Amino acid sequence: MADILIRSVVKSYGRTKVVHGIDLDILHGDFAVILGPSGCGKSTLLRMIAGLEEIDAGEIAIAGRVVNELEPRERGCAMVFQNYALYPHMSVAENIGYSLKIMGIRKAERLERVAAVARIVGLEEFLDRRPAQLSGGQRQRVAMARAMIKEPQVFLFDEPLSNLDAKLRVQMRIEIRRLHRRLGGTSVFVTHDQVEAMTLADKLVVMNAGRIEQVGTPKEVYHRPASLFVAGFIGSPPMNIMRVERATPGLARLASGATLQMPRLDTVPESSLRLGIRPEDIELVAPGTPGAMEMPVEFVEELGAGHLVHGEFEGAEFVVALPGAIEVVAGGRLHMRFPPEALHMFDAVSGLRLDGGEKASGLSSGAVREFA
Amino acid sequence: MIERTPLLNFTTHAILIVGLVMLLLPLWIVFVASTHDFRTVNTVPMPLWPGSHMVENYVAAWTQSGFGPKMLNSLVMAIGVTTGKIAIAALSAYSIVYFRYRLRMVFFWLVFITLMLPLEVRIVPTYAVAANAFRPLQVLLDVFGMSWLLESVTGLRLVLPEWSLLNSYSGLILPLIATATGTFLYRQFFLTVPDELLEAAKMDGTGPLRFLFDILLPLSKTNMAALATIMFVYSWNQYLWPLLIVTDPAYGTAVMQLQRIVPGPLFGEPPRWHIAMAGTLIVMLPPLLVVVFMQRWFVRGLINQDK
Ligand SMILES: Nc1ncnc2c1ncn2[C@@H]1O[C@H](COP(=O)(O)OP(=O)(O)OP(=O)(O)O)[C@@H](O)[C@H]1O
Ligand SMILES: [Mg+2]
Repeated sequence: MADILIRSVVKSYGRTKVVHGIDLDILHGDFAVILGPSGCGKSTLLRMIAGLEEIDAGEIAIAGRVVNELEPRERGCAMVFQNYALYPHMSVAENIGYSLKIMGIRKAERLERVAAVARIVGLEEFLDRRPAQLSGGQRQRVAMARAMIKEPQVFLFDEPLSNLDAKLRVQMRIEIRRLHRRLGGTSVFVTHDQVEAMTLADKLVVMNAGRIEQVGTPKEVYHRPASLFVAGFIGSPPMNIMRVERATPGLARLASGATLQMPRLDTVPESSLRLGIRPEDIELVAPGTPGAMEMPVEFVEELGAGHLVHGEFEGAEFVVALPGAIEVVAGGRLHMRFPPEALHMFDAVSGLRLDGGEKASGLSSGAVREFA
Repeated sequence: MIERTPLLNFTTHAILIVGLVMLLLPLWIVFVASTHDFRTVNTVPMPLWPGSHMVENYVAAWTQSGFGPKMLNSLVMAIGVTTGKIAIAALSAYSIVYFRYRLRMVFFWLVFITLMLPLEVRIVPTYAVAANAFRPLQVLLDVFGMSWLLESVTGLRLVLPEWSLLNSYSGLILPLIATATGTFLYRQFFLTVPDELLEAAKMDGTGPLRFLFDILLPLSKTNMAALATIMFVYSWNQYLWPLLIVTDPAYGTAVMQLQRIVPGPLFGEPPRWHIAMAGTLIVMLPPLLVVVFMQRWFVRGLINQDK
């Protein structure tokens, strides 16, 4: 079983610490996606698993074996790189079969296995070409085939789709997922594209500044972000955040003095906190409804299936996602209601989620919405 | 530059043509001189148009000088030096670029500094070493007291045998194969190879040697061709070093031989320039062929350049 167990792993470059003690279990058969902003240490973590980067402290075990001191080739991992890193002077077939050649496998068997893998990724016609004579998507497939042919226990992907155009990316995403199911190993996929992360992951790992912010299924991460960072990072457009003070029981007071019904507020001790609401969880109400919030509309972003209404609310940028049927024009006013069950509570100081309790709304009903 | 203005076009072409003429004119004069007889060549001014004695001059040059074996010696030397230089340059650059060890940069700079020490500067010590290749070792042993130690313990004095490189192919080749230029060229090339290629190779399970032979060297083919061309011409044209260490005519090189067919006033004879010029052109031919051949190779390398 190719479990990857990561314990208190630390990495520094010179004096700057870039990975601050990471603990993570990726179990056999998982498709784990590591998601985070640029420079947060995703690639570094992946490269430590691969053995391309030394582990400064802590331990990584793959399939029950601590691999800290092992060479990359002894770890049973294969990796797909962002810019593919194909050998430019070798043909596609040679690229794919190179690792077998190094293992000393006979030519006849090698060719057979190359052909089999090439069939899976649809490269049969291109086996004699050089990488320079392939399109980006085809090169990507060669890189995948090169990783697959070793039949590794662990697949590592470092942003392998980021050089492809949008359509191809969607297609390759599906293929990668299919391959994972078919090969049945453990996959770790690094990306900073949240749509990619959401659609691929069984296990989504959100990283920020060298630390793990949250681990969970994409649904959990989306519906119950563990911190203000995750709330702001996952979802496009991101969650709206408001500063509030606890007023009388069950009421939150916004900076402007307006109040908001929030029964759950009483379950937490903090008096100064942040409330978050997803743009699509906001409901529109008739003007004059008690408790309605009002926001001037600055501009409207048309998405086809719906639109995003941008404005300023409580001194901060605010976005409301509306279905296409509702007409909104710039310069108008929006009257909205925040369903209490759709509000997320965070500690103002630590940024951590406050309620352990009820699940935030079935409002967006399961499926993660993609805004292209 | 994709700029196209007639004036600019004209000027650049004019400059190119003037440069070309200036380069080719001496060659032309050499050629013309090699086609006249003794008398015409020594008239002032010499004619600038080829004469009718070409064949006999070349035959004379070839037979009088015995170029056959000398050319072979030159070839052995040039190929040996070129191969050696490429091997040494690739290996030392590989070490400097891909391995982290103490004093790495010190070694790099040491190699680099030798650019300032061409053969001519270090020719006397090099000759001393060539006369006895074990001498540096003996000196080290003596200086560090090893021979003395051995002598006092065993009563024997350690004397290394003499190993003379004079009058041998090794002597012609070995002292010339260290190359700072080549090392630098290779270093620059290795620096342009993306790190991910090394990482991909590591994931595929290569060790350092396989990476060098399977990936780096094949990628550096065009580089190697360039270096080989330059170095072949350089070593073919070596004059001073062979002259110094070769006394046995069996190891003489073609360029050395050239000097023998210009019996200047020293020999009490008028110089036979027509034969000398024919000899010059004969000796120039092999490097010229190498350049022409390799140049086609470069162009091919450039055309299906893999990015
Ligand atoms: N070789 C290195 N030397 C010094 N610092 C480095 C080195 N490699 C990475 N870093 C630093 O480590 C941090 C994490 O880098 P890493 O490559 O893991 O980021 P990332 O999350 O993969 O970002 P991206 O999404 O842009 O690829 C960055 O701040 C980077 O500047
Ligand atoms: Mg990265």
